[in-house]
Amino acid sequence: MAAIEPMEQFLIHKVVDFPLIPVPVLGHIDLSITNSVLFMLIAAGLLCLFFVAAAKRELVPGRMQAVAEMLYGMVDNVLTGGIIGDRGRPFLPIVFTLFMLIAILNLLGLTPGGFTVTSQLAITGTLAVMTFLIVLAVGFARNGLGFFKLFWPAGMHPAMSAFLMIIELISFLIRPFTLALRLFGNMLGGHVVVYIFAAFVVNLAIFGLNGFGLNTLGLLGSGLSFAMVLALTALDLVIAIIQAFVWAALTCVYLNEVVNLDHGH
Amino acid sequence: MDPTAAKYIGAGLAMTGLIGAGAGLGILFGNYLQAAIRNPAAAAGERTYLFLGMALAETMGLFGFVMGLLILFSK
Repeated sequence: MAAIEPMEQFLIHKVVDFPLIPVPVLGHIDLSITNSVLFMLIAAGLLCLFFVAAAKRELVPGRMQAVAEMLYGMVDNVLTGGIIGDRGRPFLPIVFTLFMLIAILNLLGLTPGGFTVTSQLAITGTLAVMTFLIVLAVGFARNGLGFFKLFWPAGMHPAMSAFLMIIELISFLIRPFTLALRLFGNMLGGHVVVYIFAAFVVNLAIFGLNGFGLNTLGLLGSGLSFAMVLALTALDLVIAIIQAFVWAALTCVYLNEVVNLDHGH
Repeated sequence: MDPTAAKYIGAGLAMTGLIGAGAGLGILFGNYLQAAIRNPAAAAGERTYLFLGMALAETMGLFGFVMGLLILFSK
């Protein structure tokens, strides 16, 4: 029987080893290239290649340019335009970047032998804190101290408002955690389930080949598990795109609150 | 009870949080589909909010999932 170790695929190991670099305050820093860093570099390279191929600015778009324009138009119409409105135009680059980066990291994780960068809580956490800080910075830059009106529900008794303010504040501060956990949980869960069914394929086939009679049923289970692996991989493909979309959409919703604070859009 | 066994049982119990997420997703997509069939013209415009609602419903289940992982892997 092959051992079932579903968490092994998420382990980080060094691909290229660099010596420790001494830094005055922080001590020694390890800048070795791990598999996580490697796949982030691949993703960045692929994205750059894609846009170099896509940004020909021809009047009649080629294949790559059509795909890029479709994606760009989707983010423009549905996310920044649809959720924030006309004031959302300046945030198109950051939302589009987040969408493309997360989508391509998720999809790279589904390639055979690929490493899912977004299944590392450190990565999703960093992205989530970045998104949260952008929202905070935009909020203070646009509204100044009026930003705190976001937490003060108007039109009711002040005591009730004060009570609701606490809840609003908590739900605001919990956002980076939910953002990070959602992507992390989806990617981790999806890959673990696929791994477990893939392990069934091998183990049940070995069991089935070991003898006749009831053991032969193992071959049936093996085949069914294989079909399940296919179906789950298809589902993971959809989820990879949807989670990137959800991240971008939530960024837009959070930005909308601070950008259209006085306008109730 | 053996502490290791208790740990595994606790991690399994933490996954019951997914019941709520499953029910929530069912209600969400069921109602969306019902509304979309009644008024197909308005369906496309609300799809963004469908996915947003899906993300929010899912997060509640994932809290249970994370709790299970914490119980399982904390020393």
